[in-house]
Amino acid sequence: MSIAKKHGSLLQLDARTKKRNAAERRFRAYGLSAICVACAALLMLLTSIIGNGASAFRQTFISFPVTIDAAEVAAAESALLKTGAYNTILETSLLEYLTENDLLADTPVDEAFGLVSGEAGSTFRQFILANPDAAGTTFQLDLLANGRIDGYFKGRVTADAALLDKNVSPAQLQLADRLAEHGTLVRKFNWSFFTNPDASDQRPEAAGLGVAILGSIYMMLVVLFLALPIGVAASIYLEEFARKSWITDVIEVNIANLAAVPSIVYGILGLAIFINFAEFNQSSPLVGGLVLTLMTLPTIIISTRASLKSIPPSIRDAALGVGASKMQSVFHHVLPLAAPGILTGTIIGLAQALGETAPLLLIGMVAFVREYPAAWTPEAGLFGEASTALPVQVYNWTQRSDPAFVERASGAIITLLVFLLIMNAVAIYLRKKFERRW
Amino acid sequence: MTDYKISAKDVQVYYGDNHAIKDVDVQIEDKTVTAFIGPSGCGKSTFLRTLNRMNDTIDICRVTGDIRMDGEDIYDAKVDPVQLRAKVGMVFQKPNPFPKSIYDNVAYGPKIHGLARDKADLDEIVEQSLRKAALWNEAKDRLNAPGTGLSGGQQQRLCIARAIATAPEVLLMDEPCSALDPIATAQVEELIDELRQSYCVVIVTHSMQQAARVSQRTAFFHLGNLVEYGETDKIFTNPEDPRTESYISGRIG
Repeated sequence: MSIAKKHGSLLQLDARTKKRNAAERRFRAYGLSAICVACAALLMLLTSIIGNGASAFRQTFISFPVTIDAAEVAAAESALLKTGAYNTILETSLLEYLTENDLLADTPVDEAFGLVSGEAGSTFRQFILANPDAAGTTFQLDLLANGRIDGYFKGRVTADAALLDKNVSPAQLQLADRLAEHGTLVRKFNWSFFTNPDASDQRPEAAGLGVAILGSIYMMLVVLFLALPIGVAASIYLEEFARKSWITDVIEVNIANLAAVPSIVYGILGLAIFINFAEFNQSSPLVGGLVLTLMTLPTIIISTRASLKSIPPSIRDAALGVGASKMQSVFHHVLPLAAPGILTGTIIGLAQALGETAPLLLIGMVAFVREYPAAWTPEAGLFGEASTALPVQVYNWTQRSDPAFVERASGAIITLLVFLLIMNAVAIYLRKKFERRW
Repeated sequence: MTDYKISAKDVQVYYGDNHAIKDVDVQIEDKTVTAFIGPSGCGKSTFLRTLNRMNDTIDICRVTGDIRMDGEDIYDAKVDPVQLRAKVGMVFQKPNPFPKSIYDNVAYGPKIHGLARDKADLDEIVEQSLRKAALWNEAKDRLNAPGTGLSGGQQQRLCIARAIATAPEVLLMDEPCSALDPIATAQVEELIDELRQSYCVVIVTHSMQQAARVSQRTAFFHLGNLVEYGETDKIFTNPEDPRTESYISGRIG
């Protein structure tokens, strides 16, 4: 009995080979189409966000000469509504400038100042307080234009819409056109988008990410300084020192499960423990950071354990063989080799925490915050002052009615994505830098 | 009793429920090369690793019996395996230099044991160790090059240099040539013969020719038992046990 099979010519594909090749071609096609779908989705996402948000980084400014003397400063400072008094001075200067240059035409006098943002009085006051010498002189001041005017130049507001809008009139739009032609109204890069705090519904033009960026940075610091050491220490202990028993198995399963717990659950936990029990300030980056630390720990532990596992045991044997203690073998040999993996895992965990919204809503970081939180104050302690965070600011802005906030929310998303890209780039750089070849 | 460097009595090793080493009694002489031979899985490597307590790192491994080095019980509760391993160097099957420079590889042991007073002292130890390992001439111009960049045979000699840098009294070698080509093997074997002058060398090997070439005494393990132990010449020419005879003549293993 022979199992030998007669093979045909090598130049002809047999049925079986043809079938196999066809299966392989089909699989390649599936893979390729999957990638195409993913790319298309990414492209759509980016187009929509950038299309909506790119304009948030440019803003219309109105620039005209302002005169103020010391007596006016004193009067304004003693007024009940200080910014209101400064606004009056600005209005006078603007009207003077418009009449001088013959730009007012048929615009009603009381509507002219409507082109300027409600924020202008406060900007002006800050400027005067910072430069007391300016009193008694005439100087050029760059002020934010009203959000509707800005929207007009960005194509969001039209003359037809202005007829129905009680916040802006067609006459104001015509004046804006004349001012733009004259060079008084200019669009330029809007640094204040990154430095200003949030602003109310009435003045979207003044709203910025300053507080949110600062709050996010504080939280990331808390997460980095808590989650990294705790996570790495826990992983090293579990991976290198702990005897394998049912207890370590239970811990292992639990860590894996914790990584999959919905983030809002951590928010409730944080609310119960850090705010209600430990009585930390709500809305504070400290509590936010603690909650995000809990959320990030499993990610860091899992990735650290994976990178410790990937170090060949021969290195541990070698170290133990020359008489290194367990700890020396871990800290002198295993940990340096696992560092790139640990760093990558940590940064991915941080990036995940940076984009997290749900748990922060529960601990009150969704509040409207106008004041920059100090890193430390005697009353509130470290990172204890109320703040907000980038993703929460996005959530916040998308709920506002003024369409100018849609643009700003998209702008905030772009900013958040840029931060994430930077973090990932750092992760890749560190991995390349510390990677060792065997 | 004191003539022997290591004397093991009634040693049992268990991996969980698996009884890997059974009733092994063996006396190992100083300044001698002792070879452990036997088929795969016979427990020769396991027994070797009990001699510097490397098995301690395996959770499920349990060792009983009496193993004495210079008359001291190495499994005594007072013994720190770290101190033991400084006294008993080990070379592994696969060359495993640290991914560091050649210099750092050799200097690591002396550093952690505080054997060098200063840099010059450490340089001296590194040079002497590399010379003893017959690697100095090849490595002296590239001490700062990574140890992993050396060839397989050089890497293994680097591991030997690393092991002898801590001034051990016993050198354990777990199939040190199994990953090497014949030329590198010959170099390492020559080296082992020289190391016999200063150390008690115990070598596990798969190659009977190698055991015959380098060792003075040979122990034959089979299925966890020490079947026969004696002068190498006698084991290879006139074995007492039929199992030894069949292994040596190639009928089992």
